[in-house]
Amino acid sequence: MIREGSRILLEVRGLRAVVNGIEILKGIDLTVRSGEVHAIMGTNGSGKSTFAKVLAGHSAYQVTGGSVLFEGRDLFDLSPEERARAGVFLAFQYPIEIPGVANSHFLRLAYNTVQAQRGKEELDPLEFEDFVRDKMKLLEMNPEFLDRGVNEGFSGGEKKRNEILQMALLEPRLAILDETDSGLDIDALRIVTTGVNKLSTADNAIILVTHYQRMLNYIVPDFVHVMRAGQIIKTGGKELALDLETRGYDWVGAEQPAMAGA
Amino acid sequence: MSMSMVVSNSYLDSILKGQPQLPPSSTTWFNQLRAHALEQAGTLQVPTTRDEEWRFTDISPLTRLPLRPSHAISAPQVTDVKRFQLDDTTIRLVFVDGAFMPHLSSRLEGSEHEGLVVTDLSVAVATHASVIEPHLGRLAGFENNLFAALNTAYLHHGALIIVSRNAKIQKPVHVLFIATQAGTAIHPRCLLIAQGGSEVTLVEDYVALQDEAYVTNAVTEIALENNARVNHVRVQRDSMEAFHIANCAVSVAHASCYRSVSVALGGRISRYDLNARLEAEGAECFIDGLALIKGRQLADTHTCIDHAKPPGTSRQSHKCIVDGAAHAVFNGKILVRAGALRTDSAQSSRNLLLSARARVDTKPQLEIFADDVKCAHGATVGQLDHEELFYLRSRGLAETAARNLLTYAFGAEIIDRIPIASLKYQLEQIVLEQTEKTGP
Repeated sequence: MIREGSRILLEVRGLRAVVNGIEILKGIDLTVRSGEVHAIMGTNGSGKSTFAKVLAGHSAYQVTGGSVLFEGRDLFDLSPEERARAGVFLAFQYPIEIPGVANSHFLRLAYNTVQAQRGKEELDPLEFEDFVRDKMKLLEMNPEFLDRGVNEGFSGGEKKRNEILQMALLEPRLAILDETDSGLDIDALRIVTTGVNKLSTADNAIILVTHYQRMLNYIVPDFVHVMRAGQIIKTGGKELALDLETRGYDWVGAEQPAMAGA
Repeated sequence: MSMSMVVSNSYLDSILKGQPQLPPSSTTWFNQLRAHALEQAGTLQVPTTRDEEWRFTDISPLTRLPLRPSHAISAPQVTDVKRFQLDDTTIRLVFVDGAFMPHLSSRLEGSEHEGLVVTDLSVAVATHASVIEPHLGRLAGFENNLFAALNTAYLHHGALIIVSRNAKIQKPVHVLFIATQAGTAIHPRCLLIAQGGSEVTLVEDYVALQDEAYVTNAVTEIALENNARVNHVRVQRDSMEAFHIANCAVSVAHASCYRSVSVALGGRISRYDLNARLEAEGAECFIDGLALIKGRQLADTHTCIDHAKPPGTSRQSHKCIVDGAAHAVFNGKILVRAGALRTDSAQSSRNLLLSARARVDTKPQLEIFADDVKCAHGATVGQLDHEELFYLRSRGLAETAARNLLTYAFGAEIIDRIPIASLKYQLEQIVLEQTEKTGP
């Protein structure tokens, strides 16, 4: 929700990044304030997921220009774990399976690490069990997923729920959901988006990266940004997503060409 | 040059000098076995890297270790060894520098131990001769094996476990070998006889009170008679300076099942040879191993699963986690003899290298002389996965914590197969600690 005088959480200016020597991000500008929901849309290869991973600190992407401030701090001074502890959260498009690490163990480690950083109380396994089961209800997750390996053998929908469960536990300031809707059937989409909505507050912000408008029926964005060729080429309100749904992406570029020299 | 009692080099000489004079046994066959083994030892050479079976494992540092006789020490007290005890069991045999320690071992009383003999071999050779004689020194042949020959030559104290016909022993039998003195050669011995239809779990556990250089030269023999089930857990946590050489021979009879998990953590140089022979129809074995090493350690595991009769089943998973400049070796031979039709065998060797200087040599070795058999095998060598590391770090875990967790996870699959909760927990803690110390 857009509020007068809300704090700036994220300030991206002229961000450029390369992977394997190929420039993917070609000057991104974006400002996100607390309480806001931003949707970043665009076709495959437009750079949306790269943008998400650069914000989270993936080492395969090399930042070559621009700046990103998170709550006033230079994000690029922080390692991935420091970003997570500071309150940046990336829900992965393809969550990683880690056989041999019990999901409950992983969730508790992550939770306690972030709690310790924030000077808050850590939970022992028994306390955590109660705490996490409560959070799982939010996502209608079966507690048996605690005993399995991290994402091991989870269906696509179960993996996405597990991602949002982590968001619920870590309570990030800025949550970046990378194609969280992909691979979800309609019931799972409803459950996951309901969960995200419950986690959305006036103090945090959400960036939704998605191809499709359908998730935005459930999580209503304050801003919709269209990416193409590594830039945000158009920004509008929630109605822009509906236009994209009916008209496709082609008209956007024709109406408002990318800035010269990009 | 006389071939009879001449030792083949100065190393053997020092080992021989290092041994206390053995009390003569009243049992003739036992004396003969020892004499024969000693004679055999005299004809064998210390293996070198020119021997195919020792190609990657240079044990010459072992031969340079000055050995001295182990002297009578004040035996450790219960409090000294309490940390090595397993909460799940009270059935315990404890040996200190090879000597049996009745005051640290348990006395078997009550009905839950019915059908179980757990005792010191040196006493039992007289009282249980007819049961022991067909197996002792016969399962683990020493004709071509210097270390087995030396162990047999110095047979004295040792663990004897006999499970009577159809006895199902619920609690594991914990055999604890504790090393306390530098510069000594210890020859631990285990004999487990699981009679028809019986079930038992054996934990063979090697520990050290201090980080000193010594030699452990162990031999274990396990006989499974028809329809017997044996769980064999072996934990080698010798001192980081120690040399650990071990031979284990298992015979698996009709419709019996042998499961083994061996974990190698300690030792400057360690070598474990496991030979399991599936002797009769329907015999099964499941053999898993984990080596977790670092620094300049070398851990060599050689296994041979011998399918002698149809149809037998074997499954094997061996994993090595190698850090620093350590070196792991795995040689897994699957032998399917002519006539062992419909053998079903699968083997995997998976290896994790944690540093650029770490090394692993892995070799599956299939020798198949029968038709209509299934023998799958595979080997992988890899490093920690960058995407997995990033995933964990993106959840707030420090890089070292993320690496440790993934390393631990790699080994956990093997440790999880240990059917003893307290031991599993101990090992999990050791693995976590070890990975924490080494880090990236």
